[in-house]
Amino acid sequence: MQRRDFFKFMGASGALLSGASVLGAEHQSKIDPDNVVGVLTDFTECIGCRECEWACKNAHEMATPPLESYKDKSVFANYRRPDETGFTVVNRFHEKGCTQTDLDVKVQCMHCNDPACVSACIVAALEKQDFGPVTYDAWKCIGCRYCMVACPFEIPAYEYNNALTPIVQKCDMCISRLDVGKIPACVEICPRNALTFGKRSDLIKVAREKIADNPGKYVNHIYGETELGGTSWLFISCEPFDTLNFPKLEQASVVTLPESIQHGIFKYFIPPAMFYGLLGMIMKLTKPDSETADNTNSSSEVHHD
Amino acid sequence: MIDHAMAAPLKHKYFTPGVWFLTALFGSALLIALVRFIFGLGLVTNLNNGYPWGIWIAIDVASGVALAAGGFTSAFLIHIIHKEKFEALSRPALLTAMLGYTFVVIGLLVDLGRYYNVWHPLLPVMWQGNSALFEVGMCVMTYITVLYIEFIPIVAEEYRNRVNLPILKFLNRPMGRLLAFLDSKMGKFMFIFVILGVVLSFMHQSSLGALMVLVKTKMHPLWWSPVLALEFLLSAIAVGFPMIIVESLAASRSFKMKPEMSILTPFARYVPILLGLYLATRFADLTIREVWHYVDGSLESRFFVAEIFFGGLLPFFMLLSEKIRRSPKWLFIAALLVVLGVVFNRINVYLVAFKPLYVSARYFPTIWEILVTLGFVAGLILVYRFIVIHLPVIHARRDAS
Repeated sequence: MQRRDFFKFMGASGALLSGASVLGAEHQSKIDPDNVVGVLTDFTECIGCRECEWACKNAHEMATPPLESYKDKSVFANYRRPDETGFTVVNRFHEKGCTQTDLDVKVQCMHCNDPACVSACIVAALEKQDFGPVTYDAWKCIGCRYCMVACPFEIPAYEYNNALTPIVQKCDMCISRLDVGKIPACVEICPRNALTFGKRSDLIKVAREKIADNPGKYVNHIYGETELGGTSWLFISCEPFDTLNFPKLEQASVVTLPESIQHGIFKYFIPPAMFYGLLGMIMKLTKPDSETADNTNSSSEVHHD
Repeated sequence: MIDHAMAAPLKHKYFTPGVWFLTALFGSALLIALVRFIFGLGLVTNLNNGYPWGIWIAIDVASGVALAAGGFTSAFLIHIIHKEKFEALSRPALLTAMLGYTFVVIGLLVDLGRYYNVWHPLLPVMWQGNSALFEVGMCVMTYITVLYIEFIPIVAEEYRNRVNLPILKFLNRPMGRLLAFLDSKMGKFMFIFVILGVVLSFMHQSSLGALMVLVKTKMHPLWWSPVLALEFLLSAIAVGFPMIIVESLAASRSFKMKPEMSILTPFARYVPILLGLYLATRFADLTIREVWHYVDGSLESRFFVAEIFFGGLLPFFMLLSEKIRRSPKWLFIAALLVVLGVVFNRINVYLVAFKPLYVSARYFPTIWEILVTLGFVAGLILVYRFIVIHLPVIHARRDAS
């Protein structure tokens, strides 16, 4: 009786567990980094007009103050970050050695090649599109904010004051504009050559040429080329990036280790199923003699009756 | 399968001054939760874009899951390797785990921005196998179901054939029969759920640590580790028995019964072994990663030393002593240190070790966040008390006054 039950439950639980076998799927290399689009930001070209901030809000149908109001430079007094009311901001770093006056630095989502937010998301609300952008689907989102914890650039922002339908807010590289053949709004409005949209691999070539053709102008570092496996957004600057509040990061992607742990433990759900079988065997083998008799269950029924 | 003849409802008076206090605390937590649901997280919490997680995740969820580990650790000891002399501890541990996970889910719902989507991980189109949190979500949902199934026989034993509903009287007979049927049949296949509970616990206890592995660049090296998953699993296993001990001694005191030292003393012998295994893993990990030099007097390193010493080494050495294991008071203190040490560890991993890049002010919870966390603990104790008074969970001791 018991032995048969044992195998029956092994079969049943196997079927139950296989439902979660998605955990055991092989780690997929997500995108081809040579085939994604991105933007090259050249800080030496930026004049801090902040029209990109306006264009971004306008393109995303957010509350957008009139363009003239962006001439107000008093906002540069504080270091600002992208938030739920604006996906990109320009900060001014005063009296940097490499420029006569100031250095203006635009920040937004980096659109990582191996995005930690996408790896973190419990319901695949955040997705890495094959051609580069990291997008967000509020309809799937449960609002756990693990993406924000995971992001190494601290980009996703949250609508903490929205009680019912809070959204994780971040730059989506203007994917709805890209879909109809336009370029990102911030790139389009930029009056200088500070922002260049294109294929990421081409942008890296452009950046290398700029650095090579202008000896002494740039630091020899394309930020985003290798950081954490590379990002779609690339930056060149005349000042080292760590002095511009960019995190110093290693080359290895942050998602590789946790994802391989996850898939190692749950490979095709075999390890948990084997552990289940092992516990079942231990349970049977360590059973005290007095209880191994087939009438155990019936005796407990007698007791209850 | 297992003889529970000794477990009986305590038939004790429910309300005491302490219970009224807990009720007020729980009530205020519910009120604050209501405010959060109407006005959003921003009004009642100190969360921001740098600190997306606060104590509701670090304590209510992460620590809550760890402290419910008494359920699977005791199930392993008593039902899988058949150390049946500890049987009296089985039902209280199961009840704590069941209520612990219930309050974990309640706490999580208060914290989730879109709580009404909490079931989304069940939809195959949204499955995200790379996410450790997905694994946690699936396991917790399954495990909480398993715990409620495991609890059915306790209800059935008490109410079979004597269901007495106030209005729906016509349901009394069929429900009574159903309970009687479950009472006689469930024992046969309960082992399926007992084993499943242990497997699921191993999976999500470890994944709660694994999910911080991803946060490497924003975590202090004294806590970030590639083996966080193993450390979370081992600390959960280490805290399971101490939690049962704390709870048994607290219940004995509250219900004015003699402490079950004849069981708890030998039971406590396992604790230094399991705690030692966890601490040895931590020390090996810190040594291999060569991060001891981070114990440098910084705020984080002081929290680290406090966690390791008061929540690890001190109770470890205390519980090695037979004298301490025999003393209800000292056993309680030592076990409580382990419990608080694991809570401290979860707070450290999720909050203290977490370093946002651009937020200068360190997160500290609002009074409202603290009240919700304390209030839900009070709520758990209130439901626990109600259940042990009315259902056969705790073994009745006739020598009790």
